Amino acid sequence: MNKTLRTFLRRPAGIVGLTLLGLVCLVAVLAPLLYPASPWDIAGMPFARPGEDGMVFGSDTLGRDIAAGVVHGARVSLIIGVTSTIAALAIGVTLGAVAGFAGGMTDRVIVRITEIFQTIPNFVLAILLVAILTPTLSTIIFSIGLVSWPPLARLTRSQVQSVAQREFVQAARCQGQSAASVLVRHVLPNAISPIIVTGSLTVAAAILIEAALSFMGLGDPNHMSWGYMIGAGRTVIRQAWWMSVFPGLAILLTVVAINLVGEALNDALNPRISRS
Amino acid sequence: MRLLRGIVTKLAGIVLAILVIATINFTLVHSAPGDPASVMAGQSGATDEKFLEELRAEYGLDKPFMVQLGTYLKKVVTLDLGYSYRQRRPVNELILDRLGPTLLLTLSAFFLSLIGGVVFGTLAGLRHGKWSDLAISLVALLLYATPVFWLGLMLVLIFSIQLEWLPAFGYVDMRASSFGRLEYAWDVLRHLFLPAITLGAIYMAVYTRLMRASLIEVAAEDHVKTARAKGLGEGAILRGHMLRNAALPVVTFAGLQVGALVGGAVVVETVFSWPGLGRLTFDAVTARDYPVLLGIFLVMSVLVIVANILTDLLQRLIDPRIAVR
Repeated sequence: MNKTLRTFLRRPAGIVGLTLLGLVCLVAVLAPLLYPASPWDIAGMPFARPGEDGMVFGSDTLGRDIAAGVVHGARVSLIIGVTSTIAALAIGVTLGAVAGFAGGMTDRVIVRITEIFQTIPNFVLAILLVAILTPTLSTIIFSIGLVSWPPLARLTRSQVQSVAQREFVQAARCQGQSAASVLVRHVLPNAISPIIVTGSLTVAAAILIEAALSFMGLGDPNHMSWGYMIGAGRTVIRQAWWMSVFPGLAILLTVVAINLVGEALNDALNPRISRS
Repeated sequence: MRLLRGIVTKLAGIVLAILVIATINFTLVHSAPGDPASVMAGQSGATDEKFLEELRAEYGLDKPFMVQLGTYLKKVVTLDLGYSYRQRRPVNELILDRLGPTLLLTLSAFFLSLIGGVVFGTLAGLRHGKWSDLAISLVALLLYATPVFWLGLMLVLIFSIQLEWLPAFGYVDMRASSFGRLEYAWDVLRHLFLPAITLGAIYMAVYTRLMRASLIEVAAEDHVKTARAKGLGEGAILRGHMLRNAALPVVTFAGLQVGALVGGAVVVETVFSWPGLGRLTFDAVTARDYPVLLGIFLVMSVLVIVANILTDLLQRLIDPRIAVR
C-alpha cells in the first residue's frame, strides 16, 4: 500500500488533483463559517458586479451573494456526488459480482438487463425519475445512483470472472467455504482496485448529472446548488455574466480535480494497464 | 443463414428493450406519490374529474396490476403514447413535431465529435510527447470536465454577445418566412453552429483521448514497422495501415455514447431554445406534464437503439472482418 501511495504522489496529476479536491472539500466543510447566513438570503443590491457591495463574485437578480451560493453549493455537489456513487456501487458491484461468480442463466439475465440500462439515455431517465418522485436530496441521489451503475456492473463482472479462475479461489472452495463467503472474502478484495478507479470517475459524472438536473429546475429547492445558480442566471447572461460564470467554474474545478485523482489512482493501482 | 439469424436476434433484442423501457415507465407512474390517473393527467392543477375518469377507464386502472401493464404495453406497441392534458394534444403528435430539429442537432454533434476526435487524436498521437500533444490532451481534460450547459452559455457569451457573430438562440430567424430556400438553410445552419459545437465538444474531447491512445498503440504494431521497412512514406502508412485500425475502438465507443449524447441534447436545447425534444422535455418538466416526459423517454430510447444498429453498420464499413453478431 505504501508503494501505491508513493506512485500516486509521484504523478503530477495526483498531486494537482488532490490539492484541488482538498481545497473544494475544505470550502464545503467551512461553508457555515465562511458564509454563516443562508445562501438564499438577500445580501445586498441585485445585479451587483463582482467586487461591488462587498461581494467578491457579485450578486444575482435578487441580490443574493453569488460567492455564498458557490461555497454552499460545494456541499450539495460533493454529498450528492459521493452518496449517489455509493448507491451505484451497491447496485453495480452486487449485480456484477453475482453475474460473474454464478455464471449460466443468472449471468445472462443480468448482462441483458445491464445492456438495456446502458442503452437507455440515462440523463433522460434521471429527469423522469426526479420529476415524478419530486425533487429532494434523497430522490436525486436515488435517481443518479440508478442510472450510473451499468459500467460498474460490467467491470465488476469481468473482474470477478478473471479472479474466480485463480488457484487461491479454488483452494478456498475446496475447503468447503460457502459461495457467498468465497465471493466476499476472496474474490472481491482482489477484484476491487479497478472498481475503485471507475468509482472515483463515477463521482465526477454524478456531480455533472446533479448540476444538469438542477439546471433544468430539478434540484432540491431547500439546498443551493451550482446547477440551479447557472439556470437562474441564464436568462440574464446578456447583462450579468458573473451569475453563471462562477458557479460553472466551480463545477469545472471540482470535476477536473476528481478526474485527475482518478487518473493517478489508475496509474497507482493498475500499473500494468496504464504504462504503454 | 447466419446473417438472417443475426438480424432476428437483433430484432428480438430491440423488442425486449422497448418492453423493458415501457415497463419502467409504467412502474414509475405507479410508484409516484398520488393516484396513477392524476400522474398521467399531469399535475396541471386544475385537473377535472371527468378527464380522470376517462383515463381510469382507458387504462383500466381499477383492474389488477398485470392487466394494467398489459393494456399499457399494448398502447405503446400501437404507438399510442397518451394525451397531454396540458397542451391538449396527443403526445405522439407533440413528439413527432419536435423530432426533426433534435435529429439534426444530435447527428451534427455526433459526426462533428467523431471527425474532430479522430483528427485531433491523430495529430496528438503522431506528435506523441511533444507540446502540441500536451496542449490537445490538456484541452481534452478540461472539456471533459465542463458541464455541457455551461459550455453553451460561455460560447453564447463569447460568440453571440461579445463578438455578435452567431445567433444566441432559436432555430431560424423571425423573418424566415420571407427567406428563399437557400437563405433559409443558411440561417438554420448559422443557428445550428453553436448548439452543435457545444454538444459535440465534450465527446470530441473523449474521442480525442481515445484516438490518441489507440493510434500510439497501433503505431507500435509489427505491420506498421513492416510498412515502414519496405519504404512506404509516412502519409501512406497512416492512411493505409494505421487510421482504420486506430479509429475502430473510437467508433465502437461513440456508438455506446449515443445515449449520453441524446441526454446532452436535452440540456443543450434548453440553453439554445432549440425547438426539439429536449426543449419539449424542459417545458414538460416545468409544467410537470408526465405523459409527455414518459413519451419522450420511450422515443429517445428507441432512437438510441436505432443509432446503435447504425454504428454497428459503420463499424462494418471500417472493418470488413466484423461479421453480423
